[in-house]
Amino acid sequence: MVEQVLFVLLAIITLGSALVVVTNRNLFHAALALMVTFAGVAGVYITLDAGFLAMAQLLVYIGAISILIIFAIMMTRRLMQAVEAPFNSQRWLGLFGAVVTFAILAVVLGRYWSPQPNVNNLVASIDPEILNGSVARLGASFVNPDAYVLPFEVASILLLAALVGAIVVAWPKVEDQS
Amino acid sequence: MIPLSWYLLLGAALFSIGIYGVFSRRNAVAILMAVELMLNAVNINLVAFWRYLTPEKSAGMAWAVFVLTVAAAEAAVGLALIISIYRSRDSVIAEDMDLMKN
Amino acid sequence: MNPFKYASQIPELPTISPLLRDIIVVVVISTFLLLIAIVLIWLMRKVIARMQKRVGPNRVGGRYGLLQPIADVMKLLSKEQIVPAGADRLAYELAPVLIVVASLLVWAVMPFGPGLIGVDLNIGLFYIMAISSISVVTFLLAGWGSNNKYALLGAFRAVAQLVSYEVPFILATLIPILLARSMSTVAIVESQTVPFLFVVPLAAVIFFISSLAETGTTPFDLLEAESEIVAGFHIEYSGMKFAMFYLAEFLGALFMSALFATVFLGGWNIPLINLMLSLFGVQSIDLSAMGIAGSILGLIVFLIKTFFIYFIFLWIRATWPRVRVDQILSLNWKILVPISLVLILVVAVLDKMIPEGTNDLVRAGILLASNVLIAFVALEIMRRNGRQRRELIVDSGLVESGKQEVVEAAPLH
Repeated sequence: MVEQVLFVLLAIITLGSALVVVTNRNLFHAALALMVTFAGVAGVYITLDAGFLAMAQLLVYIGAISILIIFAIMMTRRLMQAVEAPFNSQRWLGLFGAVVTFAILAVVLGRYWSPQPNVNNLVASIDPEILNGSVARLGASFVNPDAYVLPFEVASILLLAALVGAIVVAWPKVEDQS
Repeated sequence: MIPLSWYLLLGAALFSIGIYGVFSRRNAVAILMAVELMLNAVNINLVAFWRYLTPEKSAGMAWAVFVLTVAAAEAAVGLALIISIYRSRDSVIAEDMDLMKN
Repeated sequence: MNPFKYASQIPELPTISPLLRDIIVVVVISTFLLLIAIVLIWLMRKVIARMQKRVGPNRVGGRYGLLQPIADVMKLLSKEQIVPAGADRLAYELAPVLIVVASLLVWAVMPFGPGLIGVDLNIGLFYIMAISSISVVTFLLAGWGSNNKYALLGAFRAVAQLVSYEVPFILATLIPILLARSMSTVAIVESQTVPFLFVVPLAAVIFFISSLAETGTTPFDLLEAESEIVAGFHIEYSGMKFAMFYLAEFLGALFMSALFATVFLGGWNIPLINLMLSLFGVQSIDLSAMGIAGSILGLIVFLIKTFFIYFIFLWIRATWPRVRVDQILSLNWKILVPISLVLILVVAVLDKMIPEGTNDLVRAGILLASNVLIAFVALEIMRRNGRQRRELIVDSGLVESGKQEVVEAAPLH
């Protein structure tokens, strides 16, 4: 019962701030709401017993990507206080598309996994030792040649390429002195 | 206990909100923020399935970590591109980028 | 639903429901921290004054100025809170609140004594890193919300410094995690039969320097020094909101001292005394098996170690000059990050190569030798680099070789 209340609260926070992200006129407030959404998602991970992923979410998304987004917002404004029209001409089409997507997903999911709170078929209570060892298993799978060592290494090369590429692309143009 | 479908519905709702944001916002940075919302929704789905179906394996969480990593890389490159576009065209409105139109 | 295992209850106390225990722990730790900030303010002023051959506060509250911080707090409470025109109210009001929240949240996993911990997460140190990186965002909020160009510039520099120094901080913290085979703070304390300061001293040095930079203490206190861009990002804050930033700075410095004591000095345990006792053949003292007396003793040991490291923070603050902003970043990326990467590699390989059953002292000795070797190599490279740059400046004829002072003020890159 307590968990359900907690989950509903987290869901309201997450979805509410996501709505603020996509509708707010002030881009900076939208970025703040994005940070709240990320924190809400981290809370959802904690209720799913994925503590490591929750902390990684906080570190990467709030500690790095949000700062990147805020810097980009600050660097691409013409005036300090300029606020422009937030929506373009196809917003109603977008709203229709979003509602249809959600409806299709909800119907399909509801058909396979019942949303009633006391149906026990997929609710897994597990030996806590399995959950406590999940971080160690994750780490082992990242260096096990039969598991995910190759995607792990490729992901680090991807990050290196993204890092170098972002710096090169965003470097200010050097004026030629002729 | 919380049934699996609640998490999946949360993920679906977040994804739909992200879709609305991508379609309807004019500012390129706002579009990127909506894309981050969609990636988070996908991650919620992955982790929910991992926890409820195969918590003894590491596949679900590893996949979620990779999605996190790729999202970070993509956000960095995307924002660098937006800044570069702003420098040359003095605008980040997506509708104004119409050089290749007709 | 609870994924985190809780530390065992202190024996001989009646068992209470976990929710009540959590609430009591939260109240006790928060109150303790907010009150100890007052002690820290007094300590800082007295210690720095004595080091500068002054007396420090000696009027308020007796000969030692013991009530001086109370006077400070009352002054801050009574100041008018001026909100700048055009300030973004949401960001402006949110920043001081968030920074105090982040400073208090990290203390949840600090082991004060055996059985005295908020919650024993099995990812404790990772939690600390995550919350520390959240507090970086608050500086941006403060700078943006002030509607002030200089506050914004100060916030940019603060964020650049904090984000850069997170990298060697995390890398240096990874080394004790590697040696202890766990990220839980309790496990790290309990696995230090030899304190990690003597096993991986280079990691301790890198951790110390990065924590100086993470909290914005001298010599990295560009963020808030009065002569730097008019006191940086919190220029537009007055009264109690400024007091929040001030409080968060003190709590951050205390937290870094406590973390250093936990990770590198053995926390509430007494490893050196136990080592000496085992040399004499006497059985070692196990504080976690001694009930309430053990907990109180452990708490006292932990506080002694924490305040000792905090004293070193204050010592450095009183004596060293400030580092320039370009020197800060090049110190980080050109010196600390390569050394810490090489150190992780070497420590991981050595730790795997040492067979399982060897004596802890032998293991410690081998790792210590490797650390000293890496430190020597790094210093030699830096020395050679410095010599090359000096010769370059002298050779280019810009400076006559007799003028020493210009040569030594050359930038680090």
